[in-house]
Amino acid sequence: MTIRTEPMTVNVGPQHPSTHGVFRVRITFDGEDIVEVEPVLGYLHRGSEKLAEERNYVQVVTLTDRLDYTSSMINNQAYCLAVEQLLGIEPPPRGKYLRTLTAELQRIASHLIAVGFFVQELGAFGTPLMYTFRSRERILDLFEMLCGARITVSYMRPGGVFSDTPPDFWPALDQFLEDFEGELEEIENLLLNNEILMVRTRGVSPLPADVAINCSVSGPVLRASGVNWDWRKMAPYDAYDQVDFDVPIGSNGDNYDRFWVRMQEVRQSLRIVRQCIAQIEPGPVRLELPLVLRAEPGAEAYGRVEASKGELGFFLVSDGGVSPYRCKIRSPSLINLTITEHLLLGWKLADMIVSLGSVDINMGEVDR
Amino acid sequence: MRCITTPENMLSPEGAFGGNPLFYWIYGLAAHLVPCWLAYVIAGLVIMLILINAVLLGAAIVSWGERRLLGRFQNRVGPNRWGPFGALQPIADLTKLITKEDIIPYGADRLAFTAVPVIMVSSLLVATAVIPFAKDVALVDLNVGVLFILAVSSLTSIAIFTAGWASNNRYALFGAGRAVAVLISYEVPVVLSLLGVVVVAGSMSLGDIVVAQAVPFFLVQPLAFFVFLAGMSAELNRTPFDVAEAESEIIAGYHTEYSGIKFALIQAAEFGGALFVSGLIATLFLAGWAGPVADWLGWLWFLIKTFIGIFLFVWIRSTFPRLRLDQIMAVCWKFLMPLSIINLAAVVLEVYFLRDASGTLSTSDLWIMAGINMVVAVVSIAFFGRIIRQKIRNSSRTMTASAPMVRGVPTIEVG
Repeated sequence: MTIRTEPMTVNVGPQHPSTHGVFRVRITFDGEDIVEVEPVLGYLHRGSEKLAEERNYVQVVTLTDRLDYTSSMINNQAYCLAVEQLLGIEPPPRGKYLRTLTAELQRIASHLIAVGFFVQELGAFGTPLMYTFRSRERILDLFEMLCGARITVSYMRPGGVFSDTPPDFWPALDQFLEDFEGELEEIENLLLNNEILMVRTRGVSPLPADVAINCSVSGPVLRASGVNWDWRKMAPYDAYDQVDFDVPIGSNGDNYDRFWVRMQEVRQSLRIVRQCIAQIEPGPVRLELPLVLRAEPGAEAYGRVEASKGELGFFLVSDGGVSPYRCKIRSPSLINLTITEHLLLGWKLADMIVSLGSVDINMGEVDR
Repeated sequence: MRCITTPENMLSPEGAFGGNPLFYWIYGLAAHLVPCWLAYVIAGLVIMLILINAVLLGAAIVSWGERRLLGRFQNRVGPNRWGPFGALQPIADLTKLITKEDIIPYGADRLAFTAVPVIMVSSLLVATAVIPFAKDVALVDLNVGVLFILAVSSLTSIAIFTAGWASNNRYALFGAGRAVAVLISYEVPVVLSLLGVVVVAGSMSLGDIVVAQAVPFFLVQPLAFFVFLAGMSAELNRTPFDVAEAESEIIAGYHTEYSGIKFALIQAAEFGGALFVSGLIATLFLAGWAGPVADWLGWLWFLIKTFIGIFLFVWIRSTFPRLRLDQIMAVCWKFLMPLSIINLAAVVLEVYFLRDASGTLSTSDLWIMAGINMVVAVVSIAFFGRIIRQKIRNSSRTMTASAPMVRGVPTIEVG
């Protein structure tokens, strides 16, 4: 006798403890196996692209903070690069270095969140998350020193950054780097060779390089699949051509590789921060620009950065007015979500959450 | 009037309340005021009330202690607002929970839904009855104590399945299915490991098992201790086996839909379960109330050993990620099961060859067993550990060369 079972459809999200915000995915399960996946997006849509058409070029910076709120600095940077391309200007060296430095600090903070929640979703109750948040907290404190805000920083402006560092920033940064070395080692010792973590993530939800490229995913997810692609190397912006760093590449593209690549990138970001500290010199941090910026009518620019989650791009079109005629945001989280179906089909309920966590999406950026 | 219901008449000293001075004291006090049969009932009820309150209060203390400990492990403070060191936090929690609306979801099976917390708490309380808290201090020293505990504590799996079914919630159903699979599987190695304890002690009475531990059984049978600890973490739904209420996957598992006082009862049953299992570990493997000095301090030694168990559980919880359901099953049937069989075989053989004419084991015999079993434990855990490691790793799929593309997306060939 065979027992027939019915598939069961479950709405995971938009309210679920581990969907990284208001992500909703309608999944059909056969027992614990996933047979059908349908992501439902749009719960956090705020119309950022349309709002950008209503504000002048500098005001739009505050909108970019609210895209991926775990890496506001990098969002600012991408937008400012686009505006600078549009206007044909270049920030002074100190501004460039400050941008690189803060963007790398932000990358560390963002990856720490990604890793912490990834392990939280594996079921390690709180401990790794709290360890990573301890270090992230210090980075946010540094940002607070720089610009008074911790999450929605709006630190950068077209043509540089809006203010120079306060004098107590540098000793605090040195102290952080010194402490973080030990804290990072602690996290690595706890996680990198953890038997249960390896058993749960190795070989699970692999993403072959060809699928990754065809879905145009970017960032750590792409690099975990073994593709050497990093915009900081491919088309260096700001001060990235002055610093030396490696791009960690995974081999299988499974959950463990995605996690591993992030852990390694934290180390590389630390290297970049150290070099920035060594190379930075006194000087102006921002170009002298008029209060209200205007670009040539019909000018177009595409500014892109390697954000913590992948390629973040701002495509700006000007009609000669004070605000962009069109602002299109290429957000890595949304594009990286196109592999959802590929990652989840055939795997189990428990792996689903972990795979979604390993892609590291941020709903603020997916829905914009 | 002659009293036929005195404890002396009703029961032998070994029976219920036998030898319990507190019972006699209450009985004597009550017998001055009321007929002696009533005094007997009152004294029995008072003792039960003390036990029930002790267990539930213990659960409250465990819930506070666990959160404080977790806080320390996780580099944060934990509850510290209400009372000294936040010790009154459970009271605040309970006050909040009993004043909340008691929701029964639409489409739920009301009777079954309501019965679940009651079944869970009562099975816990009944099971506590046989644990000796100190010398001669147990509600009842059953001669089939171990069997009784196994029988009563498996009621929990029925309650969990009922909860999942009655809630009319798919996450709860997931949790219930997982919980039943895990609980039923893990019962087997746990029973087999307890069989080893019973063979060495020569009795199923928990009191006798404590007396038999001239050498604590966690030394005599390290394998049984290990299997029991792992099995009980699974039975309690604690990491790394907590799939039944895996928060990150299925919200809260079988008790997703419970709120208010029902939720409080389920939580009490869970924290009480941790307390009960720690007490059981203390009794069965850590020589219960027997301490280095002063038998009258038995309750203190028992408490210390119980809290060692709880600390162990919290420590494990704060450290390990969760295994997947199939991996948990593999660990049960391919790892713990052979270990418990090896332990049972080794113990039975040793007892057969070492016991003297009257069938008892001396302390030196126990030490010999401890020595042999330590070696057996290390060798077999290393051996089966290697096997299960490879089995679990191979169960994960390897990468396919080329997989189907996302629908509707044009593809390019990658060299």
